[in-house]
Order: sequence, then structure tokens, then C-alpha cells
Amino acid sequence: MNMLAVDGLTLNRGSRRVLDDISAVFTPGRVTALLGPNGAGKSTLLACLAGLLSPDKGQVLVGGQPRQSLAMRDLARQIGLLPQGGDVHWDVDAATLVALGRYPHRAGWGETPEDRAVVARAMAATDVTRFAARPMTALSGGERARVLLARVLAGEPQWLLADEPLANLDPAHQLETLACLRDVARAGAGVIVVLHDLNHAVQVADQVLLLRDGRTVAQGACSEVMTPQRIAETFGVASQFGTTPGGVPFIVTLPMVRRG
Amino acid sequence: MTRSIGINLALLAAIVAAMLLSLIAGKVWIPLDAWLHADPRWPIIAELRLPRTVLAALVGASLGLSGAAMQGYLRNPLADPGLFGVSSGAALGAVISLYFGYAAAPWLLPVFALAGAAITMALLALLVGRSGSIIVFTLAGVILSSVAVSMTSLAISLAPTPFATSQIVTWLMGALTDRSWDDVRLALPLMALGCLLLAFTGRSLDVLTLGESAARSMGVDPRRLQLLIVIGVALCVGASVATAGIIGFVGLIVPHLVRPFVGNRPSAVLLPSALAGALLLLLADSLVRAMPTVSELRLGIAMSMLGGPFFLLLLLRMRRRLA
Repeated sequence: MNMLAVDGLTLNRGSRRVLDDISAVFTPGRVTALLGPNGAGKSTLLACLAGLLSPDKGQVLVGGQPRQSLAMRDLARQIGLLPQGGDVHWDVDAATLVALGRYPHRAGWGETPEDRAVVARAMAATDVTRFAARPMTALSGGERARVLLARVLAGEPQWLLADEPLANLDPAHQLETLACLRDVARAGAGVIVVLHDLNHAVQVADQVLLLRDGRTVAQGACSEVMTPQRIAETFGVASQFGTTPGGVPFIVTLPMVRRG
Repeated sequence: MTRSIGINLALLAAIVAAMLLSLIAGKVWIPLDAWLHADPRWPIIAELRLPRTVLAALVGASLGLSGAAMQGYLRNPLADPGLFGVSSGAALGAVISLYFGYAAAPWLLPVFALAGAAITMALLALLVGRSGSIIVFTLAGVILSSVAVSMTSLAISLAPTPFATSQIVTWLMGALTDRSWDDVRLALPLMALGCLLLAFTGRSLDVLTLGESAARSMGVDPRRLQLLIVIGVALCVGASVATAGIIGFVGLIVPHLVRPFVGNRPSAVLLPSALAGALLLLLADSLVRAMPTVSELRLGIAMSMLGGPFFLLLLLRMRRRLA
């Protein structure tokens, strides 16, 4: 089976240990949420998975093979990264930007009809088709974020890694983006997403990897990992779990009550 | 896509027209009918104006393309091929040959200039190391450039004779006067190779629009890209400075002139910038020759006189957009 896994991943930055012996297996067709407080190593783990950082110890396995044994281009075809922040340095139109996502697949000059079809599908999936001709600077923050997500989807990755894709989005667009990530997983790709809002995590994730100070606190099925006790241990907040009448789980976080 | 093909064809047509103008224009105007039958002015065209025209087009194209590639690579619309020190290094090499009075042999100056460019390029590669980082690259370029400029000033102030001083100062201003086919033979292969290398950077530059992390995750090798840019720009700019001296602003202005027509995608800007660079320099060189001044206005000065106001326009436009 096509798996993405990390085995004993350890990474130091200067004297600080950013990742400490992380092992995890990610499954295609599932959404895995990486959760943890600021500085827990979530983005670093994502960067290792995407091949941007090389670990000091341990390795990343793509389809059972060590990452280093794969050519950059092959890796790029399998793994799509949506970095945090979403830089767009030149003011190009949305369709041009999404078409950049075909880069790992293209050989030679010009686009093939297949390229165009994939780009059109990616733009439809994130509902940005009507912005195709608009320059990126003329889009709102939410529209921009969706165009950038479409860029990653245009690469048809088997693994979608997204670093806080919901930052700067209004509630409606946050939900839309989450639904889009779900759809990507349903279509068979593995989705690994860094989230900050625990509610988003319980709504979208099948699996959760809880990190704190570069170490794994817990990992496994979302319903098993997400308990008030673990949340207290990881984030230092109390929490109350509930379910809406429609069956959607939610978490309310509260300050810790100090006893004594 | 079709629009950019149209723009490129239009630019190509304009270049042919500008080349004709460049052959006709000058202190002596030579009408086209002189070409049809034996004419005593023919040698002016064949031996003076033709190589000069070809050289103007080559230098303009090299500088325009280098500028577009540098702006795309640094993702900064104010970047200039002179930014990373190769043009100052080449100028220093040329100045050293003038300082020691080697200019007697006409091929020595360009060889010294090319050596200067090559040494700067090697130092740049050494300073940047294997990081592939754009910030380190920019800093190293600025350092090398300022060292080369200060050494050039030193050479001017220590020049052995007033004649050498004036020779150096005049040369630094950049011009295409008295160029021969030898210069074309020297510059053409270097520029062709440089332009070819830069042409290969186009799609990586496009992807770099998304930032370094995204580009790397998409399979862009930052070291390979940096190497292509450094060697490509060094060949283009080194050969330009060796044959024409320092002609500023072309690489900076030209990409801005073409972007409104072809869009902002870096790879779409490359070819039109090369063509527009050639056109701009052909026109500017025809202009300085046709000007009724006693001694010919230096091309480098003419370009900076155009460049200043252009910068001002750019600033005003940016200010309006920010307001």
C-alpha cells in the first residue's frame, strides 16, 4: 500500500531539539490533523515530509522507500505542499497561478490538453473558476487562499500537506476549505493538515497526531486521541466536549481551574 | 499565449526597422539608395555601422534578458543585472588594462574585462557556497560590487597620467563608438551561451512566484537555478561590459516596459525583454549618433539620463498604488 511514514524523526536547530523521535504512519484517503501548541514542531514535521528539511536522525518513507532515494521531481509529483502565508510575488491572474501547479508533471514547453483539464478541475474543486481571469491582487484573502489550494490540487498529489490553510479565512470559507480537504481525501489522497482550532480538527480529521515540544503526545483515531485530559496535557487548557443536535462534535476550551 | 507571440513578432519587426535606421543615421546620413550602387560611403556602413548596429542589438538583448531573469529570480522589480557585482568586476578588469596602458592592443581590454567578470563570478559562487539562498546571494553581490567600484575609484585616483585618467573615466561611461567585427566575434558566442542558460530558467522562475518553500516542494532545485542565473547573467553582462562599457538601466527598465503587454509571469517577460532591450539600445545609439553635438554623446550617459526620469515615474506610480 502507498504509505507516507516517518520513523524516529529527530531534528535539531542549533542546540534546540525541534523534533524528537517522531514516528507515525499516514494513510491515503484519510485526513490527519497535526495539532499542538505554538512551537510544537508541526510545521517542521510538515517541512520534513515535503522534503524541505532533512532530519538529523530517522527518515521519511514514501511508499515504503526512503525519501532520499526519490528524485526531487518524483517526490514533487507525489507530495503537494501548501505553505503557510501563501506568498504570491508577481501579480499574475488566478488561472496562471493555478497552472503553475502542473510544474512537476510538465515536460517541454506549453501545456497539454490534459494540463488544462486538470487545472480546470482543480479550480472547480475550490470554487474559483469565476476568478480565472482576475489578477491575484484583486482577490480577497479567502479567494486568494482558495486559488492557492487549487494550485496544489492541480499537481494531483497523492499527499496534500497543508500548513494552517484556514488562517485569515472567515468562518464560511474555513468550512468550505475543510470540506474541500475532506473531498480530496475522499478522492483517495492522503491529507495532512496543521490546524489550530480544535473544533476544526474534530470536524474534519480521521486521525490526529498531537505534538508538544517536538514529541508525540498521542496519535490515533480522532475520537480516541481527543480527550479533555490529553488536551489539558498538551495545551494547558480545560475543555468541554459536546455534540450539536445534528451530530457535529465541538470542543469549548476554558482556562484551567487551579485547585487549592 | 497568442498575445505574447504577437508582441514578440511586433518587437522583432521594430528591431529590423531600428537596425535600418541605425545603419542610415549618424553624423553622415547615408540614404538607402547608396546601397544599390557603388558608393564611396559604403565602407562606413560595412565596417563601422554594421558591426556597431549588431553589437547594439546584442548588448541590448543581453542586458534586457539578464534584467528580466534577475528580477524574476530575486522577485524584486527593482533588481538590476549590475546588482550582483559582475558588471563592476568586468569594469574593474577593463580599468586595470587602461591603467597600465594596455589599451594599445585592442583585444586586451575586453579580455581583461572578461577576466574581471569571471573572477567576480567565481568569488560570488564561493561566497554563496552551497546554500542556494537568495538573501546570501544578494548580500554577496552587493559586497563584491562595492569592492569592485571602490577599486575602480582607486585606479582612477592613482592613474599614472592624466591621459589614463581621462581614458578610464570616458570608458566607464559606456559607448559603442569605433567597434569592429572583432568585438562582435568576441561577444556573440558568450552572449548566446548566456542567453541560452537564462532561457532555461523560465519555468523555475514562474514557480518561484509562490515563494521558495513552495517552489522547492514542487521540485525546483534552488542550487541549479542559482547556478544557471549566475553563469547566464555573468556571461551576458560580462560580454556586454567588455564590448560596450557600463550601460546602466537597460536591464532595469526593459522588463517594466514589457510587463503591461505580456503580463507579470516571469517566463513570459524573458523573450520580450531581450527583444525590447535590443530595440531600446538600437534607438538610443542611433539617437546619440544623430545628435548635433561636437563630440558624440556617450551611450551610457544617454541611458542614465533616460533612466532617472523613468525611475521617478515608477516611484510615482507605486506611490499612487499604495495610496
